[in-house]
Parts: sequence; C-alpha cells; structure tokens
Amino acid sequence: MTGAGGNGPAGYGHPVAGAAGGHAFTVPVLKLGDILLVTLQGELHDGMAEQLQQDITDRIAHTRVTGVVIDISGVEIVDSFLGRVLAEIAAGAELLAARTVLAGMRPAVAITLVELGLTLPGLLTALDVERAMEMLTAGERQGEGSP
Amino acid sequence: MTVSEENADQEPVAQQVSAFLERRREQIAQRWADAALFRTVFTVSRDEAVEAGRAVAAALAAVAASGRLEDIRASGFEAVRDQLGRMAASRARTGLDPDGVAREVAALREPATEVLRAEFPDPHSPEAQECVVALTVLLGTLRLVVLETTVSAGEEVIARQREQLHEVATPVIKLWESTVAVPLIGTLDSARSQVVMESLLDAIVAERARYAILDITGVPTVDSLVAQHLMKTVAAARLMGAECIVSGIRPAIAQTIVHLGIDLGTVLTRASLADALAYALSRQGVAIGPVPAADAGAR
Repeated sequence: MTGAGGNGPAGYGHPVAGAAGGHAFTVPVLKLGDILLVTLQGELHDGMAEQLQQDITDRIAHTRVTGVVIDISGVEIVDSFLGRVLAEIAAGAELLAARTVLAGMRPAVAITLVELGLTLPGLLTALDVERAMEMLTAGERQGEGSP
Repeated sequence: MTVSEENADQEPVAQQVSAFLERRREQIAQRWADAALFRTVFTVSRDEAVEAGRAVAAALAAVAASGRLEDIRASGFEAVRDQLGRMAASRARTGLDPDGVAREVAALREPATEVLRAEFPDPHSPEAQECVVALTVLLGTLRLVVLETTVSAGEEVIARQREQLHEVATPVIKLWESTVAVPLIGTLDSARSQVVMESLLDAIVAERARYAILDITGVPTVDSLVAQHLMKTVAAARLMGAECIVSGIRPAIAQTIVHLGIDLGTVLTRASLADALAYALSRQGVAIGPVPAADAGAR
C-alpha cells in the first residue's frame, strides 16, 4: 500500500519523478507507414504532456513521417495546458513538414474547450482515427476547396 | 361593513365559526352544489359536487379552528388545494378569466352566511355580526387560495412548455451521408444554443458527419450575442472534425451583422440551406443532376 500509494502522488506533482517512476506511464507513439499514431488515454498530466511533445518531435525529426494522428477519444478532460501543448505539437510538426490531425474529440470536451475560448485554430481535426488517416493519405486539407 | 374585531376576540369567534362549519357542513355543501362554481365543474353528478363542497367546508373548518383566518398558507387548505386547483383549471378551460373564477368563488359566501345567520335567534346581534364577518374573512382567504393555485399551476405549465420547446425546437436532421443540418427557429439564447450545440455534436458522432449545416432562416434577429453562440457552435463542430456551414442569413440580417461589425470571417456561410447542401455534396464528390431520359422512361 505504502509503495504504490507513494508513487502515484509523486508522479502527479513532479514530471521528472513521473518519467522515471515508470515507463508504463509514457504515451506510446506508433509508426504506421508515413504516419505517427499517438493514442492518449485517461488523464494526461502536465509532465507527461511535455514528455510527449518532446517524443513526437524527436520521432518526426529522426524518421520520415508526413503526418501525426493524435487520438484523444479516450480523454475526458482537456484543460488549457493540454490544449496549448497539442497546438504546440502541431506547430512543431509543421516546422518539420509533417501535418498533425487531432482525432476523436468527445462532444463534452469540444464544448469545454470552446467555452474556455480554446478553439485551436490551425489544428486539423477529424471525427476518428480512420478519418484522420484518410485525410493524411489523401493529402486533403480541411477548409481548402478541392473537389 | 368594517372589520372591527380585535385579535383577542378573533380566537373565540373563529372557534365558533369552525364549530358552525362542522355542524352545518352538509347543509352548506348542499347549497354550494347549486352555486355556479360547483355546478359547472361537476356537471355529471350532483353528489360529486356535494362531496367536493363537503371537503371544502371541512377544510375551512380546520382553518378556522387553527385561528389563521387570513393566512393562505394555513395547513387546513392543503387538503383541498389540489381539488381547488383542478376546479379553477376546469373553469379556466371553459374560457373563464381569473376574474370570473374569483367572482364565482365569492358567490360561495352568500349561501354560507345565510345558513350562519339562521343559526342565531337574532341575526342583528353583535355576536352574529362578528361571526358573519369572520366567515366573510375566511371565504375571502379561500378566494385568494384559489387564485394563487391557479397562478402557480399556470407557471408550472409555462415552465414545462419552455422545456418542451427546447427539445422540440432543435432537431438535427441527416440530409445526406455524412451531412447533418440543424434548422434553428426562434430566438437563440444561451440555454438554447447550449442545447443546439450538444445535440449537434452528438449527431456528428452518431451519423459520422463531415459537414454540419446551421440554418438560421428561422432566427428573427442576430445580435452580437447570437453571433457569438453561432461561432462557438461552429468552433466546437470543427474540433470534432466536422466542417460547419451557416446558411439562411437573410439580407436584412447580413446588413445588421455588417453594421454591428461582427466578424464572421472564420465561419463558412451560404445564402440558403440548398446552397449549403450543394457545397457539402460537392466537397464529397457527389453530383446531382437530371435523371437520364432512358431511366425516366423505365419508371
């Protein structure tokens, strides 16, 4: 009890301890062809989000990927910090010539973000991972006229 | 007639009235059954009217016994509050206004005071007068109770209808594969736009929609607040991966928006729902044209 109970709170408060405390906590980044797939689950703590940003940028720089899909269908709470990190991931990927699509946002999360004034402009969005993959492979961009 | 009784006197007088109402309940109920209020509500059987009259008389006796002649919250009224509400509602349904209902309740006073006067050997004695005044006060309170019940019933109806309106007024319609539309009708306030947003986002998930059309043909006016609600909805739909198109902006509204300096630059707009649908279809590579002559002939 003491061991498990002690690890949790330490992980919440200190990003370094969280990263060192267990690799089970880090978010897996999968490479599917030219696309990186990142699936976020449950609550994402600030330290993990920053770690993820770094991981994704490294992977894009070292492998040749043209797109990143971030699946947030398992995320129930997106706060302003995570919103900003997601926007930063997209901006960083853009600099490395990869496009980022945010997939599977829940209605409740969308409403919360809008109420917070975080409309995440410039970020591509898709209903689910399938649509996001379609979008990236077809090379279609949201909001631009194409038949 | 002035109410000259003092509080100290009121107690025994009230008890007297209570005892009288108990004693003469049957007689009063019989008289009331012929009064307009009971006669018109209980048209089917007179017994029912008498029964209702008895219940009201019993409630009045209970109120008088508690001495709270002028208190519309007196616990004695609770027993008949529902019944009085139903009676008033039934009168209102026949087109009687609250004033008319009040007058009919007031008409109950005369039969009751008549019975009360007959109780006394000398109807003009001060004692008799006092009792009549107390009964009059009590029946005045009954009138207030009836009106209060009517008004609160009306408020309940309004609240329920407002809720229903929220549900009914925001249907999300699937127009085509991956295309949903919300025809907005009536004024958009914060509560409604919240409902619209929620149902639209749920529909986007359920229908796997790529295009969501917000048709505001039925929205009478667009001010900066409404525009803000629209933009929020559009932004939320975009976060879900759907493209949102606002259609049905009437010329007058377009001018208002420009005059107010509202920037809808980030929102895709089309003149009519048909134009918006055409846009959504063309983006999906769907073309609609006339049926070839051979097919038309085969039908």
